[in-house]
Amino acid sequence: MICKQNPAKVHLTQIVGDKIQKVDLCEECAKQKGVNDPAGFSLADLLLGLGASQEIAPAGREEIKCPNCGFTQADFKKAGRLGCSQCYTTFAEGLEGLLKSMHKGTKHLGKVPLAMRQGRDLTERLKYLQKKLDRAVSAEDFEQAATLRDEIKETREQMNQVAQK
Amino acid sequence: MTIHEFLSPPVENARRTGPHDRIVMSSRVRLARNLRSVPFPGWAKKAERLKALETIRPAVESLPQLAGAFSETMDNLGPLDKQILVERHLISREHAVKNVGSGLILNKEESLCVMINEEDHLRMQALRPGLQLQQAWQAIDQIDSDLERRLDYAFSADLGYLTACPTNLGTGIRVSAMLHLPGLVLAEQINQIIQSVNKLGLAVRGLYGEGTEALGNVFQVSNQMTLGEIELDIVERLNKVLLQIIEHEENARGMLLEKKPKIVLNFIGRAYGILANAHSITSKETMNQLSLMRLGIDLGVFPVADRPLIEELFVITQPAHLQKNYAEKLPAEERDIIRADMLRERLQNLSRPNPKLPGNGGGPLDKRA
Repeated sequence: MICKQNPAKVHLTQIVGDKIQKVDLCEECAKQKGVNDPAGFSLADLLLGLGASQEIAPAGREEIKCPNCGFTQADFKKAGRLGCSQCYTTFAEGLEGLLKSMHKGTKHLGKVPLAMRQGRDLTERLKYLQKKLDRAVSAEDFEQAATLRDEIKETREQMNQVAQK
Repeated sequence: MTIHEFLSPPVENARRTGPHDRIVMSSRVRLARNLRSVPFPGWAKKAERLKALETIRPAVESLPQLAGAFSETMDNLGPLDKQILVERHLISREHAVKNVGSGLILNKEESLCVMINEEDHLRMQALRPGLQLQQAWQAIDQIDSDLERRLDYAFSADLGYLTACPTNLGTGIRVSAMLHLPGLVLAEQINQIIQSVNKLGLAVRGLYGEGTEALGNVFQVSNQMTLGEIELDIVERLNKVLLQIIEHEENARGMLLEKKPKIVLNFIGRAYGILANAHSITSKETMNQLSLMRLGIDLGVFPVADRPLIEELFVITQPAHLQKNYAEKLPAEERDIIRADMLRERLQNLSRPNPKLPGNGGGPLDKRA
């Protein structure tokens, strides 16, 4: 996960408060991060260190700064939050591993603002919703099916709108 | 109008009912959104935060769903006002410490609440009594769709809605329910349940969210992952898990009644004894004892008609609500006395606990075959 080169051999799970965090490392990265000493190691540090600190800001090189808001990786380490929406572009490379470890996927599949929908492939979403509808109908979950029908209708309408423009 | 004149009397809220509300106290869906052109609130300068507030506030106020809503900036609310909003679960503890540059908009039914410049520029939530996640999602989805026409959201095709913290990225959705689980706690099964819920990628927290203890056997269950899935899947999954937890809680209660009726009745009877007779009581003990009274109502030890009273006491015995009724900010010891006085008075007319468990034949010691 960290270097994305060698196969992961060290699988680490840490419970912080009531949260479970998981991370997969290859031997090299594990050694580098000091993971062989579980007591003195905090997964949060690793995650908040953007996972791939070497890639973003190699030692000795100047630290990356968001051109839009001036936010740095050190600020992220301190706050655990980003500075502005453009930080996601600035720190994209390092964030990837972090996102992978905390979410189901790294591609947004949910709602899209109407203004952004132009040019975006709505067919895929429609197909996905249709499949879910079929499943809901066969499971006789009609409340769910009704909601899905509304979403399908809404998606179709969006497609029409995009087509008209 | 002040927030106190605006908020419904707790007795009114206590009468609101919803599906599965024996166990699910409330459902909530929250969306996080940000403006494209302004740094996130934690990094923005004061002038930028004010700019975001001035852009967002009128847009939210103009929504038909929020006609007649209460709208105020956080610097115009006193510390007790803010604490009351926290005790009603309308704002986060994080938002309660905000001042200049942050705002709050709340509808009359207390079912829609928008926080401006919390961790994100916009945190909007829909609340419903009982288990109504889908309804809450639909309500907040509509608000969001109306707002996106008025505001320029920070959105990326790949990463979705961009949020200050990467944990909210994508859908920006947090679906949660507040559960009353005394059966699982008394049966000592709660840790097992929490662990299995955690394994499904869901978080279990205490009464006031992150990092708080489960006072009064109240637990919050919510999704953690927000990216790589559609909103409806997240809502649906949590719903399924909640239905299972409800079943486990009912089973735990059934098991306790069958195997340990005296232990359960003893807990409930003592809770009644303490609450109806104490002359000094902390809010923590009050919550825990009220939880047992609530269980008593569910089990038929007290009349169902008294449920709203217990729900109301859950709210009005908390520190800020208690102090608001007594005008001044009081030291804890004095609060404990006033709280006990209030409880004794309010519980005066509550019938004594029924010493027999309904449906348990001749007496509490009856063991059904």
